[in-house]
Amino acid sequence: MTFLWAFLVGGIICVIGQFLMDVVKLTPAHTMSSLVVAGAVLDGFGLYEPLVQFAGAGATVPITSFGNALVHGAMAEAEQHGVIGVVTGIFEVTSAGISAAIVFGFLMALIFRPKG
Amino acid sequence: MADQKKKNLTPVQQEYQQLAMRHEPKRPLVRNFFRAFIVGGVICLIGQGITELFIRYFDFTEKTAGNPTVAVLILLSALLTGLGVYDRIAQWAGAGTSVPVTGFANSITSAAIEHRSEGLVLGVGGNMFKLAGSVIVFGVAAAFVIGLIKTLITMGG
Repeated sequence: MTFLWAFLVGGIICVIGQFLMDVVKLTPAHTMSSLVVAGAVLDGFGLYEPLVQFAGAGATVPITSFGNALVHGAMAEAEQHGVIGVVTGIFEVTSAGISAAIVFGFLMALIFRPKG
Repeated sequence: MADQKKKNLTPVQQEYQQLAMRHEPKRPLVRNFFRAFIVGGVICLIGQGITELFIRYFDFTEKTAGNPTVAVLILLSALLTGLGVYDRIAQWAGAGTSVPVTGFANSITSAAIEHRSEGLVLGVGGNMFKLAGSVIVFGVAAAFVIGLIKTLITMGG
């Protein structure tokens, strides 16, 4: 059942992105930034976590979950260390994504040549 | 913002802008939405499949399986970008490929490959986050503000 919801929710978030590009006429960079901020704001109100439980990867794979994870990491550390924790914890959860993107991106640049 | 930009243009430029807007081809909205929905949905479906694998075979819980899933998707996306496949799918799918985390990896990898000829440090290192940087900057800035507000509220209350 989670598979169906993952498909539907993930698809809908992508349609929202397409809407921002085509109708609101934002550039792709503006669209992605807006979605990340939206994810962070939703988590600020505690609304993103229910979506993750409900839709699984449908909520964790789109870029909105990046904003959600940033807030999550910040809040987890903040519970222990207060305001300083917000800064020290901000990348705690997203570390996997950013590290993987840097490492694999760098490796690919060593292996492949530009196409076309 | 668009109105402010218009004010700085001369009347001739404004006329031209209107002319250009009239002749801009209509974007096929329904088709684009449909493609974004299908491809975005399928990528999340694959993500869900990877999540289930991690839960079943590697003792991850539903909460912790998100991170390795994202890492695997990023590896796949970086590989497909290197092979030149991802960008071909992206042309067809629009936001369907750029909104999932694979699009984030794609932008990093393609920037890295594109600037490879300028050298490893100045080219690859310096340009890797050219496109993805805005996402990180705005994400972190927003998360910081939100985290700060939430922390201050809990501390006060």
